Parts: sequence; C-alpha cells; structure tokens
Amino acid sequence: MEDLSAIQLREKIAAGEISSVEATEAIFKSIEEREPVIGAYISIYRDKALEKAAEVDKRIAAGEPTGQLAGVPVAVKDNMCTTFGATTCASKILENFHAPYNATAVQKLISADAVIVGKTNMDEFAMGSSTENSGLKQTVNPWDHSRVPGGSSGGSAAAVAGGLCFAALGSDTGGSIRQPAGFCGVVGLKPTYGRVSRFGLVAYGSSLDQIGPITRTVADAALMLNVIAGHDSRDSTSVNESVAPVCDYLEKLDEPIERLKIAVVPEFNAGADQQVQKALTDTIEIYRALGAEVIEITMPHLDYAIAAYYVIATAEASSNLARYDGVHYGHRSEKADDYIEVYSKSRAEAFGQEVKRRIMLGTYALSSGYYDAYYLKALKVRNLIRADFTSAFEKCEAILMPVSPTAAFKIGEKVDDPLKMYLSDIYTIAANLAGIPAISVPCGFDDNDLPIGLQILSPAFTEDKLLRIARMFEMQTDWHTKKPAVIN
Amino acid sequence: MSNEVQYKVVVGLEIHVQLCTQSKMFCSCAVQFGQKPNSRVCPVCLGMPGVLPVMNRQAVEYAVLVAMALNCEIAGHTKWDRKSYYYPDLPKNYQISQYDLPLSSNGFIEIPLEKGQTKRIRIIRAHLEEDAGKNLHPTGNFSQVDLNRTGTPLLEIVTEPDMSSAAEVRALAIELQRMVRYLGVSEADMQKGHMRFEPNINLVINKDGKEYKTPIVEVKNLNSFRALERSVEYEIQRQIDEFLETGKTIETGNKSTRGWDDEREVTVLQREKEDAPDYRYFPDPDLVPVELTGQWLDNIRSRLCELPIKRQIRYVNEYKLSDYDAGVLTAERSTADFFEEVVAQGGDPKRACNIITQDLLKLANEKGCSVVDLEIPAAHIVELCKMVVTGVVSATAATTITNIMLASPDKGPQDIANEHNLIQKSDAGELETIVDQVIDENAKAVDDVKSGGKKSKKARGFLLGQVMQKTKGQANPKVVSQILAKKLG
Repeated sequence: MEDLSAIQLREKIAAGEISSVEATEAIFKSIEEREPVIGAYISIYRDKALEKAAEVDKRIAAGEPTGQLAGVPVAVKDNMCTTFGATTCASKILENFHAPYNATAVQKLISADAVIVGKTNMDEFAMGSSTENSGLKQTVNPWDHSRVPGGSSGGSAAAVAGGLCFAALGSDTGGSIRQPAGFCGVVGLKPTYGRVSRFGLVAYGSSLDQIGPITRTVADAALMLNVIAGHDSRDSTSVNESVAPVCDYLEKLDEPIERLKIAVVPEFNAGADQQVQKALTDTIEIYRALGAEVIEITMPHLDYAIAAYYVIATAEASSNLARYDGVHYGHRSEKADDYIEVYSKSRAEAFGQEVKRRIMLGTYALSSGYYDAYYLKALKVRNLIRADFTSAFEKCEAILMPVSPTAAFKIGEKVDDPLKMYLSDIYTIAANLAGIPAISVPCGFDDNDLPIGLQILSPAFTEDKLLRIARMFEMQTDWHTKKPAVIN
Repeated sequence: MSNEVQYKVVVGLEIHVQLCTQSKMFCSCAVQFGQKPNSRVCPVCLGMPGVLPVMNRQAVEYAVLVAMALNCEIAGHTKWDRKSYYYPDLPKNYQISQYDLPLSSNGFIEIPLEKGQTKRIRIIRAHLEEDAGKNLHPTGNFSQVDLNRTGTPLLEIVTEPDMSSAAEVRALAIELQRMVRYLGVSEADMQKGHMRFEPNINLVINKDGKEYKTPIVEVKNLNSFRALERSVEYEIQRQIDEFLETGKTIETGNKSTRGWDDEREVTVLQREKEDAPDYRYFPDPDLVPVELTGQWLDNIRSRLCELPIKRQIRYVNEYKLSDYDAGVLTAERSTADFFEEVVAQGGDPKRACNIITQDLLKLANEKGCSVVDLEIPAAHIVELCKMVVTGVVSATAATTITNIMLASPDKGPQDIANEHNLIQKSDAGELETIVDQVIDENAKAVDDVKSGGKKSKKARGFLLGQVMQKTKGQANPKVVSQILAKKLG
C-alpha cells in the first residue's frame, strides 16, 4: 500500500479491492511505527478517521455515490480550522483553541469523503522554513532524521513522504508548501492566489497565503485541487468562477503540451548549490528531449523579492496576529494585573521568538513615518515583480527554477541566523508576491541522498497547464517513486 | 472674565451614525439592540482565527445615499483599511475603516438657523467603518465584554470647522438626524447610541488688537444633543479662562482630547497629543476595493428624496406656515408625507398643520408612535379641516373629534360631530335668546362692559364664557361676540 498514490487507492477502494478501513488502519500502523521518530502530527484522530472510513466503506458497498476522495486518508496542516480537536497553529497561544467551524478547504475534503487522519506540525503561525519554529514539537525529515523537513508545512510534507497519510493540505505564504515538498521529495502545489478559499485558514500574510496540496504524485495534486478549488462567498479574495473557471485538473493531465516554451532565469539560479543547479540542468534536458523550447530570460526585480516579502508579510502578520491577546480566547497570562498586562504578558509568554520578531518587524514597517519607506516601497517592488512575470509570460508558458538553494539542511543549522533562514525562500517567494501558481516536483538527489525539488511557475489560473507540464516531467522520471529508508 | 475679551468660536464635528442595515458590516449577524450580551455574534465578528470579512452592500448603499444627500463627491474607487489599536471591545484589535480613499468627500449640509435662515457647513468626508463592542464594568475585580454591537456599520461624517456657536452645532446634529431618518438609513435614536458626536473646538480670541487661537480640544463620544451643546458651551468658557490664565495658544499648547462628565457637566482631560496613538493604517488585504460606478450608483441616486430642510423652507414659502410649524411638520418624514397627502386632497394647509402639529402629534407622543401610526385616514383630516374652515365645528371641537377618531378611525369627523353634539351653533336668532338671558343674569358685568374702562375687555370675555357654558361650548364665538357688540356697544 505504501506504493499507491491517492488516486490509485481511491480507485481500489471504489472497486472494493481495499477497504477504506484497511487503508486507514495501515496508515495508523505506519503512524504507530514512524511517528515517534518523524513527529509530523500535532494531533491524530484515530477513532474519528476509522468511523469515517467505515461509513465510506458502507456507502460503497451499498452502491451509494461517494466523493472524489472517498476513503483516502489525508492530513491537514494545523492552521486550518476544524470543528474537531484543536487548531493550534503550532503556537502555545492557541494550544487549546477549538474552532467553532471548519475551514472551507477542510469542509471540502470532508464533503469529498476524505478520511482526515490528523493535523500536522508547522512553524508557529506558518512563520519559518524548517518547522523548527513550532511551539509544540519537532518534526524531522523522513529522509534524514538529523535534518529539517522544511517549512512551514513541514508536518504535512513529512507525513506524505513518511507514508503517514496519502495526501495532505499545506499553506504557502512564501514557499511553505513547495519548499518542504522539495525537502521531502514529494509534490507540492501552491495554487493561484484566489483559487482556493482562505476562509478558516488562520492568516499569516493575508495577501500571500494560499492553501494547496502536498502529495505523492502530480496527479494526486490535481485530484486534491479538484476538491478544494473554487469561489467561496465567505472569502472576498477568492476569485469568481465567471472570471477564472475551475476545471477538472485530471482530465487532460497526461496529455503533453505541444511546442511547449519554457524559460529559465540563469543569473537568478546561479545562487543555488552546485548539485541543485545540476539537477535543474538535467531537468531542462529532459524537457528539451520532450520537444520543449527552453529560453533564457532575465527578471531584474527578483533580487528584491525577499526584502519586499519580509516587509509585506510581516506587516500583515503584525495586524493579523493582534487578535491573540488573551482576552477572548487562547492563552491568558495568570500574572496580569490590568488589561494592558493581559495583552503584553499573554503575548510575551505564548508567542515564540520568530513570531515576535515578525510582529516587531511588521509593526515597525507600518508605523507612522516609516510606512512610505517600507510598506509602500515594498508594494511598489511587488508590482515590479508582477510586471516581470507578466512580460516573462509573454515569451513563455512556464518558468523553471530551483525550489530552494540547497536540499534539506541540518536541524539547528540556521536557527540562530534568521537572515540565512530567510534566504532559503529566495526562489519561492516571488510566486506569492505575484499571486501566480507554482509547483514543486522531485527532480533528483544530492550527494547526501537528499531529495532536490524542481519548481515550475505559470501564469495566474493556469494550474491545468502547470500540472500537465509537471506531469510531462514526472512521466519521464522516477524520482517521485523513491521512498525514504524509514518506509522500508 | 469673558467680558474682557472678544472671541469667535470655531467648531468642527465628527459624527458617527449607525446604519439600520439588516446585518452587520462584514458578517451576517443581525443588528439588534438590547439583546442578551454576546447573543448576536458569529466567528467573523468575534474575530476568531481564520475568519474573513465580507462587505455588506446595503451598508455601502446607505452610506452613499447619505453622502449624496450631503452633496459629497462619490469616489469611483474606494477601499478598506485596518486601523490598529488594542482594546478589549475590539476583538481583532483592529477596526476595518477607510483611511486615504473614503467613499465620499467634499460636500456640504444646510442647517436651519433662527428666523428661517440657513447656513452651509462644509463636509470634509463621509466614510464607512465597523463599530466596536462594549466593555461592561460590573462590581468585582473583572470586566466583561459584550460584542453584540461589534461589526455594526457606522457612517463617520467629518465637517470642516464651520460652526461658530453651540447652537449651530446642535442645529447640525438635529438636521443630520432628520436627514438620515428621511433617507431611511438610520433610526438615529440617541438613546440607543445610534448617533455619537465628537466636536473639535477652539476659539479665536481678540485681545489688545491681536488675534490668538486657543489649542484645539476634541470632546469624545457625546451621545445626546444636550451633552453636545452643553459641552461646547462649557469648552468655550473653559478655553477663555485657560487662555486668560496661561496664555496658551495653538502654537504653544497641544491638541487635547477631553471627555464629557454628564453629571458634573464639565469636560475632563483624557490625553494630549504627544501620546496620541499611531493607528498604523494599511489596506485590508482581506477585502477587495469597491468600484462605485454605473448602474449601481444610479440606482442609489434614484432613492434620494426631498431633504427635510428643503421641505421646511418650501412649507414656509408655499403654505405660508411659520418656520417653527414647518420645522415640526418636517421633523419626521412620514408626518410631512401625511401632511402633504392631506393638502393634496384639498385640506387647508394651515388648518391641516394645526390639527397635525397640535392634536395628532400630541396623541402620537402620548402613545410613543408616529402620526401615521395613529392610522387616521388623510381623508378624514381633510374633511375636518373643511369643517373648521367653514365654521361647522370650532377648533376646540376639532381636538375632541381627533381624540374620538383615534379610538374609532373608521368614523368620519362629520358623524362624530353629529353624534357628540359638536356642531357649532351659528344661528344668530337662537344665540340671541341665550345672550339676552346672560345679560339679564349678569348686570355687574354688563355695567363693566358699558363703562368702557379697564374692566371692559375682561367683562366681555366673561359674558362670552357664560354663553359658551350655556351652549355646552357649541356656540360659534364669532357670532356671539357680534351679538354682544350689537347689544352692549
């Protein structure tokens, strides 16, 4: 069962070859064995999952219609609200917070008859690139337990790579789906901003956040997107389908794109590790062999993406996280003597270092007298980056890039140097600033046998094409079939 | 001390008006006053993790309607901003408001002054925002928060400092209340906090031939016309005293914020500008900008009606009503509409005005409702007007008739007058007999009248009263007076 994709499992369940209960129990067996090492989950819902699996089995046996993910065990990042269990954002401030509603994306999984196994670890409030900023636990990379799984959706990526679920939801503000997917050798898709509802996704950087799948294959990413995509009247920033229709992303997935024109940005990629660059060069050759034309372009403003991102994301975060004040819900300091102290002490006690750092950065950037120099300027840079992509996509249908400059780094390696940590997002941030979709697919291994990710970016609302381009590559390679030793 | 200096008063006003939309500004919770605490809330207005606001179009339409009535320019493109501050009644610790691109700006409002005069007060801007909840402080070592009001749509209107007296400030407040009620966008009930005022006050003092401006004071959160007027009056005197004592001017003193102590009727310093908060405004990324153009705007514009001040002036000019009566009639739109219906059906405007402002409004106030809620058909008032004008009934009898109509609105005034013997006796022959009788019975008064002295007028009134008493009030006083004059000279 470890070798099955979500789609294959779904088909076997539908055909009665495997029951959902069997598949779910197998997942819990793997969790029992490996979770103590990997630490992907913050919470696990065994009874609830088995109950749902049994219900799906019953409905299939009775010949009743079932959803697109009928019986498939999946995981959800713990920054999406669920009416069951806690929604912690891996923060002490929300450690015991129980949401009164389901996030739209979660509700769609439930409606598609997915079996939700548990909620995964992450960097606190999705702020980080290694999941080391979790306020609750440590997750390790299934390929090398001394290394990070990436972040912030490190728990979701490690769960998929470690065989602890068949697919998972992550969220991506600056690379938080793609980078951990790359580090863990799985597929990660960040859809176009507005493609998937953010309702119920605990906000970090609202203009950048987007929910997306982390899966074993490109087809599974397409399946998951089929389930979660679409307009939501509760999210004003989710795009109306009359403007950008949602399609069946699986329908033409295996059809290669004729006369594909893709671009690379050589000077930008030069900053990556030699082995990452080599994997990218090999990838380009595969696309050439498939008949694609590969052109070289320049994107002059990409160098400023990190700076702009850390102003915009932190500014929004400083406001988004203001509500965690100990007054209405969440951690409240026992040492507060007045209401000001309820705020300051509750927040001081329960927020982690990185969250505090970003709140401070963002507060500063929005302060009177600094707004123009920081926030407004960052917005201008963001527009220039958007313009870079617009002109790039006049020349090509997709852009290839590394996911990150290196493969997974050692636990603790960058925790004392936030700037170094921030640089690991250098290739992923631009897609968030531009709001365009981007996917991470496995494209090789480095000398340490650590997975390397390929990133493909395409114009807004062209996920169908993006997935097909990724699938073209996947069909020619077997990187996605490799499993970490922990599974064998 | 104030006698020693000459001064001009400069007041600008910030007004918050609660719009009477069905649901809140950014969620579907009902807007309802006086409910059990925290019973009109949902994850969105509670600011729970992960929630997102969705704009209430009705609130935008109401706001635009007021902006149009205020002669404002409507922004084609407007957006939402977050205003950050920490307070327990603000669950997100930011308020969704509008900062640099408000939905409207550059308007004006005409306010009524004494003797039918009006004054134009310029409007800087009018924008939408969400209200906060309420902190409650029961006895004990804790406070409570009621979030029912959280997220209620508020229209903030900011005027230029064009008002030069407490009376003008009050006039603007009342005019605005009348306007939003006319437009049907707010109940504007002061007791429910639907309107809150924040005047900015300073003085231009002329002393020894030189002009000095006093530091600007903003008085926060006034929720009655009286508090508004009294606080401005108080501030004027306080600023004069302060200037004479300290010599502080706008250049040397700080802008300050003061609160109003309703019991002591004084303003109390809250904070000075140095510690003014930094609200860190920035565009709310959860909401999309609003394009106020085309058909949508036209539809809103079509809902504009004749504004109360215009109506008031028209009543004075067209119907020759007094400014005061015209003001009373136009205070409420439904009352003015009712008046116009009566006039349109042939009712005499002055009679109609008297019956409505004196009789019907009194009855309505007693019942705590509007004139139209009395459900007396306009046609009956038209008939009653005619009866008074033609002398069929007296004005006093008209009052009695309206009182009876209230109990049985189906009955016409003529039937009521007949049933209750309210038809005026105007027959000179019949009345003459009674007058003679009264003259016989009151020799002293008759002498007084004849003497023509000081007592004459009083005695004449007395005799008229006697006739009225004998006829149970049904005698036409005009006719009786004529007969008395004929008989006694």
